[in-house]
Amino acid sequence: MSLLDDFMVRAILAGLGLVIAAAPLGCFVVWRRMAYFGDATAHAAILGVALALAFNVSIFAGVLVVALIMALAVSSLNGRGFAMDTLLGVMAHSSLAFGLVAVSFVHGVRVDLMAYLFGDILAVGRSDLAVIWVGAALVSGLLYWRWSALLTATLNPDLAMASGVSPKREQLILSLALALVVAVAIKVVGTLLIAAMLLIPAAAARPFARTPERMAVIAMVIGGIAIFGGIESAFAFDTPTGPTIVCVAALLFTLANLVRVLRGQSAR
Amino acid sequence: MSLITLANVNVRLGGRTVLEDVSLALEPGEIVTIVGPNGSGKSTLLRTIIGAIKPSDGMVLRKKGLKIGYVPQKLHIDPTLPLTVRRFLSLPKRVSDDDAHAALHDAGAGHLCHHQMTDLSGGQFQRVMLARALLSNPDLLILDEATQGLDQPGSADFYTQIEAVRRDKGCAILMVSHELHVVMAASDRVICLNGHVCCHGTPEHVASAPEYRALFGNGTHGALALYRHEHSHEHCDHDHDHAPQIGAHTDEEQSA
Repeated sequence: MSLLDDFMVRAILAGLGLVIAAAPLGCFVVWRRMAYFGDATAHAAILGVALALAFNVSIFAGVLVVALIMALAVSSLNGRGFAMDTLLGVMAHSSLAFGLVAVSFVHGVRVDLMAYLFGDILAVGRSDLAVIWVGAALVSGLLYWRWSALLTATLNPDLAMASGVSPKREQLILSLALALVVAVAIKVVGTLLIAAMLLIPAAAARPFARTPERMAVIAMVIGGIAIFGGIESAFAFDTPTGPTIVCVAALLFTLANLVRVLRGQSAR
Repeated sequence: MSLITLANVNVRLGGRTVLEDVSLALEPGEIVTIVGPNGSGKSTLLRTIIGAIKPSDGMVLRKKGLKIGYVPQKLHIDPTLPLTVRRFLSLPKRVSDDDAHAALHDAGAGHLCHHQMTDLSGGQFQRVMLARALLSNPDLLILDEATQGLDQPGSADFYTQIEAVRRDKGCAILMVSHELHVVMAASDRVICLNGHVCCHGTPEHVASAPEYRALFGNGTHGALALYRHEHSHEHCDHDHDHAPQIGAHTDEEQSA
C-alpha cells in the first residue's frame, strides 16, 4: 500500500469519502430547506469536542452524541411554534458559544479549536481514513436503503403517511446520518468544510438535474472535483487546504449557475 | 364490511378540541362528501382517516389491507427538488412504465409524463396527483379540496374525471369540497361537519336539514345562491368588483 504513504493521496481519499456521504445527504438538506442544519450540527460538534476532552472519552463518541442530541432536538422542536430557520439559527450560534465556553473549563489540555473548525486534511492518517470510509459507507448505505421513503417524506408528510411511510422516522434517519457524517469527519476536515460540502455541491448540481437521483450523482461528481481541484491548487499556490476546497466548490457553484442563466432557465 | 369505521373519535390539537364524538363508516364504492365551514375540522378528519393524526379518544378501524389513495389539499414542491412526473409516480414504490402511462391516461394527464412537476399548471398538477393516487389501486380515494385554485371548467372537468374513475375502478371516494352545488350532484352521501357531525345522509336530505341551513343559509341563500353566483362568474369575469353580494362565500374561498 505504498500509494497511501503519500499524504496528498490520503487527503484526496479522505475528501472523496466525505463527498460520497455528504453530497446525497446535502441534497436532502437543500430540498428540505434546512441549509443551517449542517451548520448547527457542525457547531454542536465543537461542544462535543469540549465535553469529550473534559470527560476523557474519545472525540468521535463525544461529537457523535452531541450532534445526535442536537439533531433530535431540532427535529422534535420543529413545528412547535418556531420556524425551522429561526430554530436552527438559535441552535447553531448557541451550541458554538456553549462549546467555546466549555472548552475554557478544560484545564491542562491545550485545545486547538482552529483544528476542529477548519481541520487539517493534509494530516489524515491511515486510521482516520478507515474511520471516514466506514462512516461514509454506512451513511450512503443508509441513504440508498431508505431513498424512496426519504424522498416521499421530503415531498409531503401527509402524502408519506397515506402511503405508509412515517415522516418522523425518515426525519430521524436523516438526523442520524448527518450526525454520523459530522462525527467521522470533524477531526480530519473540520466543521467549516463539512457544512460547505453538504450544501455547495448539491446546490451546484441543481441546474443540471431532472430527477432527484441525477442531482445526487452530479453533486457527488462536483464535490469530487472540488476536493481534487482544491487539494491540488492548495499545493500549487501554498494556500490552506480546507478553505481552498470550499473556494473551488463555490467557483463550481457560480459556474453552474452561469450555465443555467446562459441556457435561459429561471432562477431556482 | 366497511372500509373505514370511526367510532366516537375526538381529536385535540394544541389544547383545542377540533373533532368531537365523530362516528362514521365508509362503504365500498360510494362517494361521500364532507362539507362544513372553515375551521370545522374537515382536513383534520381526513388526516385522522389516513393516520397522520392520532385521535385523543375513540377508535379508527381500517379494513385489513386497505389501500388509500390520497390527494392532498395543496402540495408545495420545492423548486430545488428536480422531479419529473414519471419519477413522482414512482414514489414511494417503483411502478412500471405501462402502469404509469395507464394511470396518467385515467387521470387525463397522459401527455405530461416527462414534464417537471414544478412546471405544471394547477389543473395538470391535480391530475398528476390523482394519477399517483390511482397507481396503488386504492379501495378508497381521499380528495382534500382537490379542485381548490382551479377555475370553473377546470374543476368541472376534474369531477367528471373522478366520476369516471369510480365507474371504472369501483373505489370508494371521500372528498372535502367547498363547491356545494357540484357536491350535491355527485355524491351518494353528504356529511355536514362543524367540529361534530351536524347531519348526514343523501344530498337532498342534508340540503333540507335545519343544521345544514344554519351553517350555509336556507335553500335560496344556500346551494342555489352559490350556484347562481358561480354561474354569473362566467358571463362577467371582467367585473372583479363583486365582493359585497357574495361576501361569505368569497371569504371562504380566499382564506381556505
